[in-house]
Amino acid sequence: MAILEVKNLTKNFGGLRAVDNVTFRVGQGEIFGLIGPNGSGKTTIFNCINNYYPITSGNVIFKGKDITGWKTHKVCHLGIGRTFQVVKPLARMTVLDNVTASAFCRSGTIREAQSEAMKVLDFCSLLDQKDKLAKSLPVGGRKRLEIARALATKPELILLDETAAGLNPSELTGAIDLIKKIRDKGITVLIVEHIMKVIMTISDRIHAINFGQTIAEGTPSEVANNPGVIKAYLGEAYAQGERY
Amino acid sequence: MKKNIQYIFAGILFLGFPLVVRSDYYQHLMILALLWVIIGSAWNLLAGYTGQVSFGHAMFFGIGAYTAGILAAKFQVSAWWGMLFGGFLAMLIGLFVGWVCFRLRGPYFALATLAGGEIFRLVATNWESLTEGMVGILIIQSFRSKLPYYYIVLALAFLCVYVIHLVMKSKWGYYFVSIREDQDAAESLGINTTLYKNISLLVSSFFTGMAGAFYMNYMAFIDPHVVFSLHYISIMAILVGIVGGVATITGPAVGAFIMVGLQETFRSAFFGLAPQWTSQAHALVFGLLVIFVILFLPNGLVGDWLKIKRNIFRMGVSR
Repeated sequence: MAILEVKNLTKNFGGLRAVDNVTFRVGQGEIFGLIGPNGSGKTTIFNCINNYYPITSGNVIFKGKDITGWKTHKVCHLGIGRTFQVVKPLARMTVLDNVTASAFCRSGTIREAQSEAMKVLDFCSLLDQKDKLAKSLPVGGRKRLEIARALATKPELILLDETAAGLNPSELTGAIDLIKKIRDKGITVLIVEHIMKVIMTISDRIHAINFGQTIAEGTPSEVANNPGVIKAYLGEAYAQGERY
Repeated sequence: MKKNIQYIFAGILFLGFPLVVRSDYYQHLMILALLWVIIGSAWNLLAGYTGQVSFGHAMFFGIGAYTAGILAAKFQVSAWWGMLFGGFLAMLIGLFVGWVCFRLRGPYFALATLAGGEIFRLVATNWESLTEGMVGILIIQSFRSKLPYYYIVLALAFLCVYVIHLVMKSKWGYYFVSIREDQDAAESLGINTTLYKNISLLVSSFFTGMAGAFYMNYMAFIDPHVVFSLHYISIMAILVGIVGGVATITGPAVGAFIMVGLQETFRSAFFGLAPQWTSQAHALVFGLLVIFVILFLPNGLVGDWLKIKRNIFRMGVSR
């Protein structure tokens, strides 16, 4: 059963067509990857799903409801959480306050929101840093904070935008484990990533785009062997079979 | 526990002040300072905590003042009703101002509110049939002694600071600061940023409007040049907030006393001790003070109190 359907999504910025007629379906409980070179429109697609950017044409359907054009905060309340590629910590608030603020989405009182926040921080291994100001966290902590904040809104679908970028190898293993833990909780994951180790190992299916257009969709190995994908990522020479 | 004792002590001092200090002049200064506690705290809620820096709070002050004045002058209703109606009318106007201005951010929002304040000043100046224009509105004072006015403004100041304290401790407080820190992230976390910016504005404009109505009752004379003034009201509110400490509860209160004290010290040429030209210097001193605060104490006197203690009094441990 598809939890998210993106149909013929198109986004223009003036004369620039950033997303061109993209269609895909994300099944409930799967980890769905979105790959493509930088500037291909992946983050724009995310921004269109939660209406952070208004859509030019096309539809976004979540749990059977057409949410095209819904206000961003309403999309969050419906059950879609997201992280930002360039992390947006609430800098002068503590880590705990960051997550508490987002836990209010589902909790009524401060006590409830804080206890929910503590649980989420524990899940993301940030509990020991709960009283630090968000701006004092290093990049790995900030990325986990982005995820923790999105998780505190109890989403059914979470959009992860390059959450593994900038992490060292040990942090990377931690990030992969966290994403698997999220999926094991029953949350569907839609993930944008460049790091092949991450996206190829954990995704159930992958959708590849370039210049805003779909070039391939399928299982990780199908997509990895697709000539269009190889050309887009590695260049023409590789696609035609030459090797260095 | 220690904090509570400090507050009780301060409370006793404030309550007893006009009974001990009988001079009309000093009572007047205290009333002004308490008035600025209200306006500064209200401004701080919108600007310091929610991050929407308004340069037009004179709008709400003037609306409150004129509501009280027009009720008295035109409808023969006691100007004290203006405190309630002025507050509500300021909130209504606040909603309209929010609808126009909240689509703008940062410096553009500031400019829009600045324009708003000036627009109201011009409207009040020219709509003579309603406001008497530059002639102003003169009413009869309810009390001859300053004591009732002092206790009324003291109660208002306490109410304002206490309400803001409660608001900031609640879910609204988290939301306001989230909006200030990153409006887009806040929106993606399910916070209806438009709604909460307007709530912050409503509370802020209500108290500022009430302060304006009080001013009408106390001074018994207002004109557009003073109550809708960019310089005397809007900018002063910002200075009070910045010097005392934006995004602190007691900051604007501290800032109010400092700025009123400074203003009067210069206006009176150091109470008669300095040459006459120093009475013109208060604008210069305000400017220098703001530069100093922004460079060295960006969180104001209250916000950077630890830093002050460390450097001036050489107390405390470096962090």
